[in-house]
Amino acid sequence: MKATGFPQGLFLVLGGRATELLGQLGDVALLTGRTFYYALKPPYELRPLLQQMDHIGVKSLSICGIAAVFTGLVLALQTSYGLARFGAKAYVGIVVSLSMVRELGPVLTALLVGGRVGSGITAEIGAMKVTEQIDAMRALGANYIKKLVVPRVLSTMLVLPLLTVLADVLGIMGGMIISQYEFHVESHLYMNTIWRNLRLADLLSGLGKTVVFGFLIGIVGCYNGLEVSGGTEGIGRATTATVVTSAILVLISDFFLTKFFWWLEILV
Amino acid sequence: MTARAIELCRLYKAFNGNQVLQGLDLAIEAGEILTILGGSGTGKSVLLKLIIGLLKPDAGQVLVEGEDIVPLQEEELLKVRRKVGMLFQGAALFDSLSVKENVAFPLREHTRMTEAEIRDRVAEVLALVGMSGVEEKLPSELSGGMRKRVGLARAVALTPRIVLYDEPTTGLDPRNVDKINELITDLRAKLHVTSVVVTHDIQSALRISDRVALISEGRIAETGTPAEITQAEHSAVQEFLAGHL
Repeated sequence: MKATGFPQGLFLVLGGRATELLGQLGDVALLTGRTFYYALKPPYELRPLLQQMDHIGVKSLSICGIAAVFTGLVLALQTSYGLARFGAKAYVGIVVSLSMVRELGPVLTALLVGGRVGSGITAEIGAMKVTEQIDAMRALGANYIKKLVVPRVLSTMLVLPLLTVLADVLGIMGGMIISQYEFHVESHLYMNTIWRNLRLADLLSGLGKTVVFGFLIGIVGCYNGLEVSGGTEGIGRATTATVVTSAILVLISDFFLTKFFWWLEILV
Repeated sequence: MTARAIELCRLYKAFNGNQVLQGLDLAIEAGEILTILGGSGTGKSVLLKLIIGLLKPDAGQVLVEGEDIVPLQEEELLKVRRKVGMLFQGAALFDSLSVKENVAFPLREHTRMTEAEIRDRVAEVLALVGMSGVEEKLPSELSGGMRKRVGLARAVALTPRIVLYDEPTTGLDPRNVDKINELITDLRAKLHVTSVVVTHDIQSALRISDRVALISEGRIAETGTPAEITQAEHSAVQEFLAGHL
């Protein structure tokens, strides 16, 4: 085989990686198409969806709750510190609530759920793949996308907004506690600035993003699980890939979704 | 003339450039027990997955009861798979479901049976494989032999006409090997199914089979009754027998 020099070798490697990435994007697009097709096609199975919602949602309550409260506490501390320089610490409530509702609530919840749930989905489906349970499901005449992928993707899409609402509320409450006891901003003043200035559009733009984040976490988790090869070592690699990929996708898509919702708010 | 349950015509299959099947031809008669022997990595399990449509060949035909299943889409294959049951190497029971739910799985998927009917059918097939009374256990609570028997109960729950066995005796102690071998012959007698067994356990193959086929270099090197196979002069057969007998 002819040896390749520096630029040719680099282009070969980059070209190979690009082709691989395009192939994976194509596979994810196909899986997405099939997932929505089978989600819309009867019969609709409610039981696995509810089981997944319990597994993904209820069991993520504590981690999301703790993260939200402490984020609210820190956010209020830092914001009040900054606002106090301008004599505007009375406005800490609206700053904390806007930050939580529009940005930190959705993104933090998505990152935490992506880590906990996305990796769990990959590990579970990956283990089923290497132990031939997915083959068995197909051999028994069942549609594995409808059985495994649809409930997981739909439940992450449904549960993430609910967890975000909880995170928003707890974060704002955490901010209120710090504002009152550290900076002597009365709780009614804190809440008043929120009621007067926070709009429904702020809440909806945050929640709208979480539906997309939920989809990304669910589909990446399922795709990596279905692509597992190489036994238990392969499962380890796939779960790591899910955590990294879903976090990066959440952060990148957050920028474009924020732009999109801004545009939508101006339009409406 | 006996009808052919399965016909494999000039099958080719490669994985990452490694040619596993190279123009393989094989016909399996209805009602017979045919065992496919061969070393590791010779494509035995691939062959079973091609028969049930879990894999597609690169070229060739797979006729199941006369119908070529290669061009069929996944949804069309579901109908074909009702006719075929498969016991996987590690049983492939669903971890999160109890034994009862595992066996009931194909019944819920393909029939409109009531819960009472499903319960009765599950008890019936579990009794058939000698596993009565374990309905509520989880797969993790069962031994390797028990898992395979439950896997077999699940494979025959819909009374398929063809049953595929992927290494049914691998990893089992001699007592369980005997039990599984008895089950394969019993099921043929009771359910009149066509059985295709893939194994490298030559002792079991010679004991249970009507015919034995040896796969070597991506093709069937020799087929015949157990007596014919042991007398065959083909070098691949002799090498395989010498390595295992």
